[in-house]
Amino acid sequence: MSNKVIIDPVTRIEGHAKIAIALDEAGQVETARFSVTEFRGFEEFCKGRPVWEMPSLTARTCGICPVSHLLASAKAGDAIMGVKIPSTGVKLRRLVNLGQIIQSHALSFFHLSSPDMLLGWDADPAVRNVFGLMGAEPELARRGIRLRGFGQGVIEAIAGRKVHSPGIVPGGIADAMTTETRERLLAGLDEAQQTAEAALELFVGMLDKFEREIGAFGLFPSLHLGLANDDGLWENYDGHLKFVDAAGNTVADNIDPADYRTYIGESTRRDSYLKSPYFKPLVADGENVNAGIYRVGPLARLNVCKTMGAPLADEALLAYREMAGGTANSSFFYHYARLIEILASTELMRALLEDDAILDPMVRATAGINHRHAVGVSEAPRGTLFHEYHVDQNGLLEEMNMIIATGQNNLPMNATVLQIAKEWIDGHDIPEPVLNRIEAGIRAYDPCLSCSTHAVGKMPLDVSLHDHEGTLVSSVQRG
Amino acid sequence: MVDRRQTVAVTFDGVDAEGVVGESVLECARRNGVTIPSLCFLEGLSVWGGCRICVVEVAEDHRLRPACATQVVPDMEIKIETPRLRAYRKSILELLFAEGNHVCAVCVSNGKCELQDMAVHCGMDHVRYDYRSPLREIDASHPKYVFDPNRCILCTRCVRVCDEIEGAHVWDVSYRGEQALLVTEMNKPWGESLSCTWCGKCVAVCPTGSLAYQGRAIGEMEHDPVMIKRLAVARSRNEWLYPEESK
Repeated sequence: MSNKVIIDPVTRIEGHAKIAIALDEAGQVETARFSVTEFRGFEEFCKGRPVWEMPSLTARTCGICPVSHLLASAKAGDAIMGVKIPSTGVKLRRLVNLGQIIQSHALSFFHLSSPDMLLGWDADPAVRNVFGLMGAEPELARRGIRLRGFGQGVIEAIAGRKVHSPGIVPGGIADAMTTETRERLLAGLDEAQQTAEAALELFVGMLDKFEREIGAFGLFPSLHLGLANDDGLWENYDGHLKFVDAAGNTVADNIDPADYRTYIGESTRRDSYLKSPYFKPLVADGENVNAGIYRVGPLARLNVCKTMGAPLADEALLAYREMAGGTANSSFFYHYARLIEILASTELMRALLEDDAILDPMVRATAGINHRHAVGVSEAPRGTLFHEYHVDQNGLLEEMNMIIATGQNNLPMNATVLQIAKEWIDGHDIPEPVLNRIEAGIRAYDPCLSCSTHAVGKMPLDVSLHDHEGTLVSSVQRG
Repeated sequence: MVDRRQTVAVTFDGVDAEGVVGESVLECARRNGVTIPSLCFLEGLSVWGGCRICVVEVAEDHRLRPACATQVVPDMEIKIETPRLRAYRKSILELLFAEGNHVCAVCVSNGKCELQDMAVHCGMDHVRYDYRSPLREIDASHPKYVFDPNRCILCTRCVRVCDEIEGAHVWDVSYRGEQALLVTEMNKPWGESLSCTWCGKCVAVCPTGSLAYQGRAIGEMEHDPVMIKRLAVARSRNEWLYPEESK
């Protein structure tokens, strides 16, 4: 007789998903599946809309990382127009993306993941959330919330609004930066940088306690994908695609993002709306796509780059690589990488803001429709994001494809769930802290399945045990 | 200037006002600083009376009349803010929203839209009718302008301005009832129109994001309906007004 455990919904992630774990007759974990149960349909309802509208339309994919969609979409729009956007427009787009990385990573670390680490995996679920954190560590929680606020403020100042900003447009940025805005952002940078350093120090100080998690939260070899530039610096806006393997060797480099289909395939599963992209050259036709498993996001970006291009973050990167043994292959290190990226973002932001060129009023190129096909790529906080558009001669969408970062981490997330389940589950008795670890394994990737989170203090979690015929043996509910 | 010999006494919601024989209730209200909500009416163009937002109640028989197409008469008692009229205005707006595909969040006119402003003014906070969600194709064939019929409320301002001011009559209404749709030049793509002069008056007077400049992103479209009043005054009286004078 085989049994199945369902965790539905998975909590403290952005979106709706469930986890199904099947046990064998001996009660040992046999398989584990992570499924996304929500359907959006953007690729269908965007058809027929003008390319000018696409940034704002696709930004609605998400309320956490809309800037990533705005950038990928606007870059696709740039390519449809065939324009080279003014250099200050590029700098402002870079700034807004750094603001996005800060706010999204701060949300992931402080609001969603740190309660596990600081309050304990075994803590009462009713307090194991950001409000529990406020009670136990009020100063840390306050700083985390303020850091996120700073990142949101950067987005608002440059692009007009914190969420679904209208100011990122095909051709550049809608409005130039004013001196007042620049001064205001610079004034907030010191505190943001100090918070980033403090969070990093806190996390590194805790790492000793998480030896088992580091070894079981998705520690497996895989490829890593990220945007890269010719200088080997950490890249989050432009450049080419680069894949490295688990040892850090370059597998494919200098890939034009427009050529992504040569390297990335997309497989689908019956039980999930989330596609599973894979590295095509390693998967023969009809073979298991797991051979082409790759990761994206902070972990992958730090494996792809040589240096961060920011002094403090580079110091942190050295320590990180020493701890990870070179290339980081444990998904637990996503948290670590995220904190280094926040620090790097504050440093790079300062460099951009202190350059007077940021005030240049020329921030937007204009043109009509000059190309029928384009691919726009940006590094979202969660990883590489692709927008591919086919338009008619008037710029109306005929076909589109979006490859979301979280999708690319689908195979790794499934592998992580299985690994954690095997490490902690033994028999039919599955205590709540173990379920939380399984969820935390997913949370390490900071998946953005849409823009919703759980209700604080009432995390609904249904666990059902089924026999091989689908009969309900027992069920547990919390929340 | 008001001609004293042709004035009549009227009241708006019980407040005395002075009307001029021959003028509409809407014109009279505006001249007296009284607000009557309206959508399809535009100073400088002929009266259409189609949107029915400006309906008022006249005490005499309690019949509803469009203020834009009703002339003032002596001792007229005009009601504007009654529960019945407020409910009608809201219903009309809800029907307009339910009829097309009005998604303010991604519209070029977001924040600068007369339909949106009217919904706010009339306190329309939700739509009680089922959305029809019609499938309507955008016409982006014109090199300068885009027509998105999803956002069209058939106010016919573009039809009237093109015919009456520009004299080109590119626009017209085709089909009937719920199928009614604006078309350009015998239902040809706008970009293929031989009569369009590219003057942009239709775009200037559009109250929603239905007619817009090419290349405009969300919230970037600003219409200029007052321009038509300037043109109309200039044409009829040879008076050339500055934009602020024509408001």
